[in-house]
Amino acid sequence: MKKLLSVLPLLAVVIGIHLLTSATDTMYYLTQMTMSAYYSLLIIGLCVLMGYAGQISLGHAGFFAIGGYLSAALTTHSLIAYKDTALVTFLDSMGMLMSGHDLYGEALLVVSPWVACIVAVCTAAGIAVIIGIPVLKLKGHYLAMATLGFGIIIYRVALALEYFGEADGISEVPAFVLLPGLSVSGDFSNRVQNYYIAWGLLLIGMVLLLNLIDSRVGRALRGIHGSDEAADAMGVNTSRFKLQTFVLSAVFAAIAGVFLTHYNGGIGPSEAGVMKSVRYVAIVAVGGMAHLWGALLMGIVLNFLSLRGVFGSYDDAVFGLILIVIMLFAPNGILSLNIRYRLKQLLGRGKSDKEGEA
Amino acid sequence: MAILEINQLSKRFGGLLAVNDVSFQVEPGQIKAVIGPNGAGKTTLFNMISGTFPATSGSVTFQGQALKKKKPFQVATLGMARTFQNIKMFSGMTALENVMVGRHVQSNAGFLSSMFRMPWTWKEERDIRDKSLELLALLEIEEYAHTDASSLAFGQQRAVELARALALEPSLLLLDEPAAGLNIYETAEVGRLITKIRELGVTVLLVEHDMSLVMDISDEIVVLCFGEKIAEDIPKNIQQDPEVIKIYLGEE
Amino acid sequence: MLCLGLLTRCQMTTELFIQYLMAGITYGSIYAIVAIGFNIIYNTTGIINFAQGEFVMFGGMIAISLLQFMPMPVAIALAVAITMVIGALIEICFIRWLKSPSVLRMIIITIGISILSREVGVHIWGESIRSLPYFVGNEITSIPIFGARISPQVLWVVAASGLMVIALGIFFKTTSVGREMRACASNRKAATLCGINTQNMVTLSFVLSAGIGAFAGCVMSPITYSQYDMGTGLAIKGFTVAILGGLGSSGGAVAAGLLLGIIEAFSVSVVPLAFQDAISISILLIILFVRPQGLFGSKEAAGLSEF
Repeated sequence: MKKLLSVLPLLAVVIGIHLLTSATDTMYYLTQMTMSAYYSLLIIGLCVLMGYAGQISLGHAGFFAIGGYLSAALTTHSLIAYKDTALVTFLDSMGMLMSGHDLYGEALLVVSPWVACIVAVCTAAGIAVIIGIPVLKLKGHYLAMATLGFGIIIYRVALALEYFGEADGISEVPAFVLLPGLSVSGDFSNRVQNYYIAWGLLLIGMVLLLNLIDSRVGRALRGIHGSDEAADAMGVNTSRFKLQTFVLSAVFAAIAGVFLTHYNGGIGPSEAGVMKSVRYVAIVAVGGMAHLWGALLMGIVLNFLSLRGVFGSYDDAVFGLILIVIMLFAPNGILSLNIRYRLKQLLGRGKSDKEGEA
Repeated sequence: MAILEINQLSKRFGGLLAVNDVSFQVEPGQIKAVIGPNGAGKTTLFNMISGTFPATSGSVTFQGQALKKKKPFQVATLGMARTFQNIKMFSGMTALENVMVGRHVQSNAGFLSSMFRMPWTWKEERDIRDKSLELLALLEIEEYAHTDASSLAFGQQRAVELARALALEPSLLLLDEPAAGLNIYETAEVGRLITKIRELGVTVLLVEHDMSLVMDISDEIVVLCFGEKIAEDIPKNIQQDPEVIKIYLGEE
Repeated sequence: MLCLGLLTRCQMTTELFIQYLMAGITYGSIYAIVAIGFNIIYNTTGIINFAQGEFVMFGGMIAISLLQFMPMPVAIALAVAITMVIGALIEICFIRWLKSPSVLRMIIITIGISILSREVGVHIWGESIRSLPYFVGNEITSIPIFGARISPQVLWVVAASGLMVIALGIFFKTTSVGREMRACASNRKAATLCGINTQNMVTLSFVLSAGIGAFAGCVMSPITYSQYDMGTGLAIKGFTVAILGGLGSSGGAVAAGLLLGIIEAFSVSVVPLAFQDAISISILLIILFVRPQGLFGSKEAAGLSEF
């Protein structure tokens, strides 16, 4: 209950922004806010992995891409040529396929978005398990490089396979009908609806993760981060917990990928690129690795600014610079500076108060 | 039946035989100490018992069960808790939260049930919190429950560590140099707390340098030197054993 | 025997075999130099410098720009010097500040430096691909080696790399500065107690790494071309080679570099070009999972600082 209440202020802000943009006729901001919300879903998952379980991942864009590409490919590649085969008729009878028409009026038979979403997310989870088991045994630089390598392999696969559209990526991705009347797509008429879908998803994700941190599992994770050896001695199965956290963060990334792809109507190989992965790590580092709210705030702000093109051609440079500056001067994140300082002044108590909340 | 049986335990690191054919038993309810000069192999022995690394040969039997190739977290689940010589506190967590992690083996909530705050976890969380506060009170540091654990004084951190280990509800508690870094008064305090712990029914095996603590509270003492057991007896006899005196004070 | 078997199985002519082999040795030497750059900084500071590839990029690009104003040997020498200054600046501005940082912080900072360097590169030189002209002749000049036609630039690369390795070896073994750096590498506190200015040693390690990277960037430019974003790929391959050869070991880096280069070169005959990068990454992952101390390192040496 307490956690649900803590997100209410954020909900108020979200609604407020909608009303504000509607009143000032600047509704186009909602588009970038929607996209920022989806990227932030990945960010908060990554924050739990990096800040609480203490594992760096320089390849998380890979999971985003697995989610996005698989759902895109499944919902755009037509199976109509195989429509008489046993497999296709079976899938159709199970209601897993969807028919439609492409640009030229040709009949299409594709996998329905719900099924594609589930397949994409489960695949991402499966891959996370497979590579997580060996990778999480590594530490420090080795772990960083291994995750970087994973990200690059996903990028190369996306770039090389015709099924994934090679360098052009996949476009014409259909709308994702969540419920009758509620769908994820880039339609302008749907803009407000999509804004709330994205933020709704993000808020749910926030509540789930806040619950997780303040629980037996969350404490075990923080223990692992504090002292791997001691956590082990306390009965915590450290390798299993690290793996589960890794998979959880991969699932968050994949879901973000699926939804954003349907919203954008497409996906390209740059979404799997190293620069994206580094950007996500930068945002988590800036927000304060063990501060979920910090990561969320930075995720929204920095993504929004970047999407609006505020940084222009210096986009990557800005992220690089932010990375360096924050790591030099505020390694615990930008918010930890202010919060600790302010609290010390106001209440004269220890750091532990704020730690308990985040 | 002995709660812990060490049988011909040996550990070889390359060319060095750190522990050589050591055997002894610990009876339930005892406080048993392992002493010996630096480099005698005490911590290595400990690490083999707790599962931190495997023995080269020999066996460890805990409550009748052989601990072959068990990892530390598995050993903890079986009822053996340990503390560390250089106090591994969980940084960034309060004293209370540190102890609450200790309740891990006695609780069940997993990823999904925690994320969705399933109703059955509410009671479990309350119980974890209450029990942890109880343990902090037992070790007389409940006033520091909400202080950042790493900012406490060393003696207080020791107490938190003890509370954390007790949170497992262990049958056997392994203490690795509990008096390390403590002054005379704090050492006496620790001794008192350990005796209090024994009264709860927990068996204690400790490794220690501080003779006053060891002689004060132990029922039996095992003396190691260069990895070999050279004596095992009650404190009074150990104090008078010529072999033991020789290794600590040198030849007359 | 293996070569003959390979030849007959792949129906490869001796000429093609030599082509692949020389390509492998060329690229392998470059990877080895990048790896040695990693090793020098790692040995002195324990840091893995993710921006290592950017030194190579700077060397080549600066030389190309300077070529308009001066003859090639001068341009190259100046480019190397400028890159060494850049290396020193990076150390002074960003690394020196940190007092016992965590591994994660170091990783993120050097990644940030790498990104920043790359962005500086793209804003100065744009996205265009450029190259230094061939040192001898042009792109069709070739020397026959065992029947295959090899560009003399290849020999330049191999010779330059070999020379650098030998020069470094002599530097570390015989000069007093070199010995001081080795002392720093093995035990920093003890080195300070002996009166060695460890901070300068750290700067020197960056300067050296930058220098050899830049020189490699210049000699390889005619063959591989230079572009603002060539650093990342090189850094990854360089890191793979460093790990493969045992982190910190220069001899290992050379052997591992040549090995990776040759494997990559020959893989073109079996795997589509698009997946060539995937080969080195797969090797990296396999080594990390199976034998992180590399082919030649010892298990103790693989004990890196914890995260």
